[in-house]
Amino acid sequence: MTSNQPAHGAIEVTDAQPVLRVTDLTTQFDTQDGMVHAVNGVSFELADGEVLGVVGESGSGKSVTMMSLLRLIPMPPGEIVAGEAIFEGRDLLAMDLDELRLVRGGKVGFIFQDPMTSLNPVLTVGYQIMESLRIHQPGRSTELGRQALELLQLVGIPSPEERLRSFPHELSGGMRQRVMIAIALACRPRILVADEPTTALDVTIQAQILELVKRLRRELGMAVIWITHDLGVVAGLVDRVVVMYAGRIVEDAPVDEFYASPQHPYSRGLLASLPSAAVRGQKLVNIEGQPPDMRDRPTSCSFAPRCPHVHDRCHREDPALVAISGTRQLACWWDIDEDSPRVHR
Amino acid sequence: MSTASSHGVSTAAEAPGSDVFVSVRGLKKHFPVTKGMFRRQVGAVRAVDGVSFDIRRGETLALVGESGSGKSTIGRTILQLEKATEGSVVFDGVELVGLAAGELRRTRPRMQMVFQDPHASLNPRMTVSSIIGEPLLEHRTSSSRERQERVEELLRLVGLDPSHANRYPHEFSGGQRQRIGIARAIALNPDFIVCDEPIAALDVSIQAQVVNLMEELQNLLGLTYLFISHDLGMVRHIADRVAVMYLGKIMELADVDSLYAEPLHPYTRALQSSAPVPDPVVEATRVKIILEGDIPSPSHPPPGCPFSTRCPEAVERCRSEVPAWREVAPGHGVACHLVGG
Repeated sequence: MTSNQPAHGAIEVTDAQPVLRVTDLTTQFDTQDGMVHAVNGVSFELADGEVLGVVGESGSGKSVTMMSLLRLIPMPPGEIVAGEAIFEGRDLLAMDLDELRLVRGGKVGFIFQDPMTSLNPVLTVGYQIMESLRIHQPGRSTELGRQALELLQLVGIPSPEERLRSFPHELSGGMRQRVMIAIALACRPRILVADEPTTALDVTIQAQILELVKRLRRELGMAVIWITHDLGVVAGLVDRVVVMYAGRIVEDAPVDEFYASPQHPYSRGLLASLPSAAVRGQKLVNIEGQPPDMRDRPTSCSFAPRCPHVHDRCHREDPALVAISGTRQLACWWDIDEDSPRVHR
Repeated sequence: MSTASSHGVSTAAEAPGSDVFVSVRGLKKHFPVTKGMFRRQVGAVRAVDGVSFDIRRGETLALVGESGSGKSTIGRTILQLEKATEGSVVFDGVELVGLAAGELRRTRPRMQMVFQDPHASLNPRMTVSSIIGEPLLEHRTSSSRERQERVEELLRLVGLDPSHANRYPHEFSGGQRQRIGIARAIALNPDFIVCDEPIAALDVSIQAQVVNLMEELQNLLGLTYLFISHDLGMVRHIADRVAVMYLGKIMELADVDSLYAEPLHPYTRALQSSAPVPDPVVEATRVKIILEGDIPSPSHPPPGCPFSTRCPEAVERCRSEVPAWREVAPGHGVACHLVGG
């Protein structure tokens, strides 16, 4: 099967009310080694039907941010210290737990990196899909069975009638991830949160899953938050990119503008460090140093120790995420275009 | 040892005029599948099923393929960490398969390995100094002071602070731990290193650091690498030649430029097409080959071409007849009925 549909523009993203607005989300973990500042004031919006790519390395807080929205982090040691997450006019962080349970797996679907640990090994695939349906829309089991079958067909599982009776271990990694997607889609979510869903898969299987998600998004019109460290995957899939570093969003831009002119030195470093045919035989550009220790509360720019454009102000003040154009936001004291520190901020 | 193979890949791209350092011929590694209380053998997982190739002195040969294609098993079998079921591995003129234990032990310092997971491959209860010093203790007769000096020299060589020699692995980040693994691998001045997915577990910004270090060390110490990876972008950067594996067999082998410019095997093309391009403009327009289905089980490989069950171009012949290895251009070989007629 070959396809060459354009990845973007399938759904017009309008300036209407965002489906999700997150403001100043702050999450901490009280561990034996001290307080870990995992998420430090994250704000972003998700438009209806938009695909948002959240890019960052391990420990950048990208998963914890999304888990915090549905309060899926272990509390304690985790604690959501501040912030607001407005979904359909209601604050998810203030909602009582019974209501939130209906949002989880209902209007907001989740898929995780490792489909083997997310599925129950002793229950059949069909049972697990129907379980999700039953919680959110009680009905007769024959009707639920029919819907489960439709979902397996929707995610492209061959011989779906047989697969309903299969156990997770009888399926390959790619098929298990398709089942996870079917469960997440069971209640027609408005938002699908996908946390590195293709990282554990081989590239040819990853390509299958990416095509599937693009098709489902076109057919069902849901918004998608795709968490990944892979800048290649993001390029072909999303409408907008946010880059996270040390628990902060450092850049937020439409995908085309992001790849054409990344503004934050960290984004630029990440893109430059990818190997390409052009730099064969040369040293790869790398970002010197290591990610910061998240036990220290950031008081200055967290990227400063690794930044090629570091100057006095970076050590004194932590740059906030502010608009630098009609479509882009940036948290940096350096102006890449002017090649000088930003003047009016 | 028999080098003849009934499985197609019987001769590899011979490298005329270049210095063959490691020569693999007809290599097979089958793991028995047993059943019942008497552990009767009922089948075999054909992890490596008749592969032949040469590695030239000082080059980087990359083995690429998906999980289950047998690429790690090849690396381990070359180093004699797994006993070959059949075939031959000649290392710098010496046949390793069936070599007496004492002889093998004398050869071991010359061939080393860097592992994928820097968390699992370093003993958490040993200090960095004893981890890196262990091969010296095992294979060299040196005083503890000489050993200490060598450890410090190695730490500097891989870009770590020698004053951290008495720390434990958990005190280092993933990238630093991989540097410790590399220091251990080069401690005995080896000629040949099998690098088994050395950057797969590292963050993107750290991958480039480790790859740069490996290339520096290769130039400095004249190392030969077998670089096992599934990351086609990084392979294109680091490799001189690339062998593409599928289900225990080599599908295509060529120098890196011809393989990326003119991939001949349908699987090579699909693999390249599956790797996402970090450019939204390219991604929006390029035609992708999306393979159907999964890699078959190596315990029940399909008859004929191993790729025939997923190949978009397969014809009747592919399902019944194993394609022979053919050299279609100097140094560019492929195992496919549809190529090079």
